[in-house]
Amino acid sequence: MSAPAREVVLGRIGEVSRRSDAVPKVTGEFAYSSDLHAAGMLWGHTVRSPQAHARIVGIDTSRALTMPGVHAVLTHDDVPGEKLYGLEFRDQPVLAIDRVRYFGEPVALVAAEHPEQARRAAEQVRVEYELLEPIVDPERATEQAPLHPDRPTMGRGYRDDERPNVVRSLVIRHGDPDARGDVSVSGVYDVGIQDQAFLGPESGLAVPDGEGGVDVYVATQWLHVDRDQGAPCLGVAPGQVRIRLAGVGGAFGGREDLSMQIHGSMLALHTNRPVKIVYSREESFVGHIHRHPARILSEHRATREGRLVCVRVRVLLDGGAYASSSTAVTSNAASFACGPYKVDNALVESLCVYTNNPPCGAMRGFGAVQSCFAHEAQMDKLAAALDIDPVELRLLNALESGDVMPTGQVIAGKLPVAEVIRRCAALTPPEPEELPRDPLRLPGGSGNTTRGEGVRRGVGFAVGFKNIGYSEGFDDYTAARVRLHRTADGELSAEVHCAAAEVGQGVANVILQTARTELETEDVVLAAATTSAVGSAGSASASRMTWMAAGAVQLACRDALAEHRRTGSDVDLERTYRHPRTTPLDPETGQVTGERAHVAYACAAMRVVAEVDVELGLTRVVWIGTVQDVGRAVNPSAVEGQIEGGTAQGLGLALMEEIQTRDGLITNASFTDYLIPTTLDMPPVASELVEDAEPDAPYGVKGVGEPPTVVSTAAVVSALRAATGRELARVPVRPDDIVGL
Amino acid sequence: MNIELRVNGEPRELEVWEGESLLFALRERLGLPGSKNACEQGECGSCSVMLDGKLVCSCLVLAAQAQGHDVVTVEGLAEDGNLHRVQEAFAETGAVQCGFCTPGFVVATADLLARNADPSEDELREALSGNLCRCTGYAKIFDAVRLAASR
Repeated sequence: MSAPAREVVLGRIGEVSRRSDAVPKVTGEFAYSSDLHAAGMLWGHTVRSPQAHARIVGIDTSRALTMPGVHAVLTHDDVPGEKLYGLEFRDQPVLAIDRVRYFGEPVALVAAEHPEQARRAAEQVRVEYELLEPIVDPERATEQAPLHPDRPTMGRGYRDDERPNVVRSLVIRHGDPDARGDVSVSGVYDVGIQDQAFLGPESGLAVPDGEGGVDVYVATQWLHVDRDQGAPCLGVAPGQVRIRLAGVGGAFGGREDLSMQIHGSMLALHTNRPVKIVYSREESFVGHIHRHPARILSEHRATREGRLVCVRVRVLLDGGAYASSSTAVTSNAASFACGPYKVDNALVESLCVYTNNPPCGAMRGFGAVQSCFAHEAQMDKLAAALDIDPVELRLLNALESGDVMPTGQVIAGKLPVAEVIRRCAALTPPEPEELPRDPLRLPGGSGNTTRGEGVRRGVGFAVGFKNIGYSEGFDDYTAARVRLHRTADGELSAEVHCAAAEVGQGVANVILQTARTELETEDVVLAAATTSAVGSAGSASASRMTWMAAGAVQLACRDALAEHRRTGSDVDLERTYRHPRTTPLDPETGQVTGERAHVAYACAAMRVVAEVDVELGLTRVVWIGTVQDVGRAVNPSAVEGQIEGGTAQGLGLALMEEIQTRDGLITNASFTDYLIPTTLDMPPVASELVEDAEPDAPYGVKGVGEPPTVVSTAAVVSALRAATGRELARVPVRPDDIVGL
Repeated sequence: MNIELRVNGEPRELEVWEGESLLFALRERLGLPGSKNACEQGECGSCSVMLDGKLVCSCLVLAAQAQGHDVVTVEGLAEDGNLHRVQEAFAETGAVQCGFCTPGFVVATADLLARNADPSEDELREALSGNLCRCTGYAKIFDAVRLAASR
């Protein structure tokens, strides 16, 4: 086994720097979590529930244990420590105990010498289920029997809501929620379940250390929280579980929750052999959390001139079977429900419920995606009702620094909403393409469905925003450790340790660029990320890792350099960086209880040109232009890459991506049936950056990963509306929605 | 069962189980994990290799079917320690993020440029439409293909 190699590359803050892992990734040498190998290694496999909701009557492993090559078959009885775990609330069994609550829930584990032997033995684990009625309609969940009678998310300072199956209920009251305007527009908006669909399947290698502990080489977003969840379940001290970051094949929120970490460790400790687990694509689709599906009811009241007077929103999120990060998603959906606009009066009710649908948690955009789709549809509707240009309407209401959010938070940092709108509206889309043309450049593509007869062109616009970093009083920090010494020829040389997860976003370069900038030397190496060498970095989530890693590495480098100058000797020190403190929302009013509930915000505007075959319901996105507020670009090429990739994921939700379920069972767990954008679906993306330094952040950086995903779903559907004249209140937009069947 | 094949120019002999894919044999038996296991059902292109000079998804070929044939993987593209021009272009343009799709794209692009030295925009989009990338939105991958073609 080996951890991915990291090498020195040149570049300081603000310079385009080639990824430190680019060469091993293009040659195939980079070691992803599914590429690892150890002598004597066994293969683990997870037995999963074929039911969405059932009581477990019995589990018989005897036959499986006799299968060729099998070394272990484990159930909940074999979990050495705590039987439950969870990212924020311990409500999820390591292995199902007496009940399964979702399709694909882990029930048993098998280790065998060959993966096929493990799969075949898994088929021989006999689990007797007594079917229970699944809760599949989130609208009815609060009237049905509780899935978690002990209410794991209650007593955490959230609003008291005694109804069954409430994960979190949040109400924000701001100003006079009954304030009336001259005009009012309303809508009901639905968002389907989106999957992160990272290409590198969940996988890893657990290696027993012979002393009761285990080293886990795994693809994750937060090493230390994996350790802290895993150790109690394994019945060992946290230091006995060493999480080591293996190569991560994409994350997008889907690796916040545990996958194989505890399971692989249990098998490794039980067999005293290294155990590798690699999910298949089908297992990946059922084995991780998804983006929350949502139903959003909105009413916007405005003056005749277009000023927003009052916004009233109800958000219903389906959290699925376990809490994961749903409480924070609930809060985000509420925080951003009114959009990046000045609203003096608002009533926002956000509710997340437990059901037996697939569990939902973090995905890029995290509650803001769903809200943006709804508030931008509303702004287009309001513009039409008032006969005002949609861009002008947005400009008229644009939030800016110093304004008050519906939570009562005054925006302390930078939020250049008007500037991103103005600059985005000034981007020039291409002229309409003449007919006839190659069918590849028509809706329907190489399917050759049209010569262009029913094709209409539409131009759409949207604005979105999102918080950067963890919110609501969470103690959010990142540690970095720097070892400094002088080489024989008198040059400064540094080794940096930081457990920030490089998931593809480019944080390894951010760390190296920061250290080079601070230490004024090119001789910097980044050590492999592990829980055993440095404190927690927090999660590669919430668009926070650039800000937080840069903050921690800057702090550690400055102190190390000062100590080195003072003492003249080698230095090895660790520093912890915290962003400005946040405080919780008042559970009754949803108002801030301190200066801020969110640390900072970033916004983006997007303009989209689409062509729609209104007879066949087929679409082709022709061009996307976007302007994003980034604070300061640490590595401009990587920022562009985040914008282009984040835009693609939002386009996917707009047009094609949806986990389909029937009575809680996922019916399209494959890339044959769950479609993500291909080279033929993505148009050119023209992007520009607004670099207006964030006052509280190192180098003025903001996060860049999520705003493009937040805004692009809304912007693409806005273009489809312009082309079709239809409301299109649901994503993904289906051909029959376009045709009006 | 035992099979013999050529991999990246070298004759190799190995024992496989009859149901194993060529992808599994490359990754787990020959120590060549560059070809990736993203879907293992022929939808994503991340396991792309050249089989007797033809681009295939190695997850859809049984190892046993490769008996007597010639396989080139991403690990076999560099020559004399120098990156293939496609690899160089992918590293230079920022076409790599998480990189899990990269080996498949590199192999597929090398194949495209061997057949069509100067592909049009439509041609390169069509040629690479069997390779999924979840990180980049493809823009910098297209930059890489154009850069490699220009060399």
